[in-house]
Amino acid sequence: MWDYIKLAVLAVIALFAAIAANYGHDLAYQVHAVLIMVVAAAMFIFSLRRTGDIRVPAPANEYFDSVVRAGVIATAFWGVVGFAAGVFIASQLAFPSLNFEWAEGYMNFGRLRPLHTSAVIFAFGGNALIATSFYVVQRTSAARLWGGNAAWFVFWGYNLFIVLAATGYILGATQSKEYAEPEWYVDLWLTIVWLVYLAVFLGTIIKRREKHIYVANWFYLSFIVTVAMLHVFNNLAIPVSIFGSKSVQVFSGVQDAMTQWWYGHNAVGFFLTAGFLGMMYYFVPKQAERPVYSYKLSIIHFWALIFLYIWAGPHHLHYTALPDWASTLGMIFSVMLWMPSWGGMINGLMTLSGAWDKLRTDPIIRMMVISVGFYGMSTFEGPMMSIRAVNSLSHYTDWTIGHVHSGALGWNGMITFGALYFLVPRLWHRERLYSLSLVSWHFWLATIGIILYAASMWVTGIMEGLMWREVDANGFLVNSFADTVAAKFPMYVVRALGGGMYLTGAIIMCFNLWKTVTAGAPKAYSTAVPAE
Amino acid sequence: MSTYDTLRHFADSWMLLLLVLIFLGVIVWAFRPGSRGDQRDAATSIFRNEDRPARDGREAAGKEARK
Repeated sequence: MWDYIKLAVLAVIALFAAIAANYGHDLAYQVHAVLIMVVAAAMFIFSLRRTGDIRVPAPANEYFDSVVRAGVIATAFWGVVGFAAGVFIASQLAFPSLNFEWAEGYMNFGRLRPLHTSAVIFAFGGNALIATSFYVVQRTSAARLWGGNAAWFVFWGYNLFIVLAATGYILGATQSKEYAEPEWYVDLWLTIVWLVYLAVFLGTIIKRREKHIYVANWFYLSFIVTVAMLHVFNNLAIPVSIFGSKSVQVFSGVQDAMTQWWYGHNAVGFFLTAGFLGMMYYFVPKQAERPVYSYKLSIIHFWALIFLYIWAGPHHLHYTALPDWASTLGMIFSVMLWMPSWGGMINGLMTLSGAWDKLRTDPIIRMMVISVGFYGMSTFEGPMMSIRAVNSLSHYTDWTIGHVHSGALGWNGMITFGALYFLVPRLWHRERLYSLSLVSWHFWLATIGIILYAASMWVTGIMEGLMWREVDANGFLVNSFADTVAAKFPMYVVRALGGGMYLTGAIIMCFNLWKTVTAGAPKAYSTAVPAE
Repeated sequence: MSTYDTLRHFADSWMLLLLVLIFLGVIVWAFRPGSRGDQRDAATSIFRNEDRPARDGREAAGKEARK
């Protein structure tokens, strides 16, 4: 019965997409309609061929790891795509002639910039979060993923969302909200996928066989729940036509700006922080082979972070139409956030106490430790930059971009690389990684790349901030905007170089992981069963 | 009073108090006497059930099983 319902639904979707492709008002919408038609038709044929087959029920005594393997591959793939896009747009800023004449309107900086941010945050980071959360929740709940193939729906649905978002940016479908650019139908699709993700994750926790819900799952769950809430409220919009990608926001003016940065900062707080802290609380203790330093601290870290982060958004709107009390509130909560952030950092680092020698011998733990170090650094820099007086210098300058990248490349990127190095041998049942010296190469390329990136952005950010506010004896501005652009050129080249090193490291990682799977010896199983 | 004012006054009085109390309650709960064993058990749970789920009819090999 379920097979026939599925076939009917897919047929209706394919038919509607065909009609929509014909009546579509704009190119992005038409391309998406064709894409959805092809996907629905292919799934229809695939389902049709399997209708009536006898299905072997999934073995309940095994973990559902195939979807995690797919997630690991997608993470590595989107990582390289996102980093390459970043290096390209960094080069475009240094050398504007890379905005090619023939690709104007598709490949210029303005179109590629959201492609880069979404590719690294949502495609690379999102796939990493989904894959690791599925891995971690099964191990710490001692239960197979709930919901059967729903996990596959989450994986493919999420990656379809990414393809729709990315092609939309290139073709000009955007609602112009930072980190929330996709248009209404893409947002609706993500909402469906996300609710299924929540159901799978929560279902697994509910059927857990461990008494306690391990702290990593608390972080993952808060990430899933909060992102669902943020996504829905920030994307409240009314489409102009069902056959077009354009929509109009429900909020307007400063309310819209506040909602956007409530979303935007909590995307940092819950997507890039809480979710990745879930990774930290599982993979750092596992790789160090010792439990987390203080479980009490992890509980307090979690609740303090949750209670404080949600208020920090208004610091993005200092000196705007937003009332002063609101931006002061955001600033104070941002400064308070420093404490739980460093509590978490200390907890991650001190997990290694008594095992510091592993830093010398194990490049994977080194990667995780530098990641936690960058977490500490950017969670100090962030509160400082949220203070109104500092923000008056740093806002709209490259300092912000440097801050974001020391967090994203340093904290999110490095912990994800560490998790991938941890996961691949286990998921593909290999004895060990192909090469530890390649991991060291990756580590040093990435670390030096981030340092070049962050240092050049500090210099150029503070320089342009000071140049913008410089006045002569008569009170006239000394520099024009173009003067600051010209002065920034050398630092832009250094930034592109740092990004290039980071990208090279990621490509080395892909090669290493590929060889681990294809050339590594399969793990020898011991037949001995531990006494119970 | 408008809905906005009502909600706002509620938010910065009773709701604020409730959230602060919940937060303080969490801290007290984390430090409650006898929590050490439970927390040690939870912290080491990542080293169990690495390869396959806990089997039917048994709890995961946690504190009870080791007794």
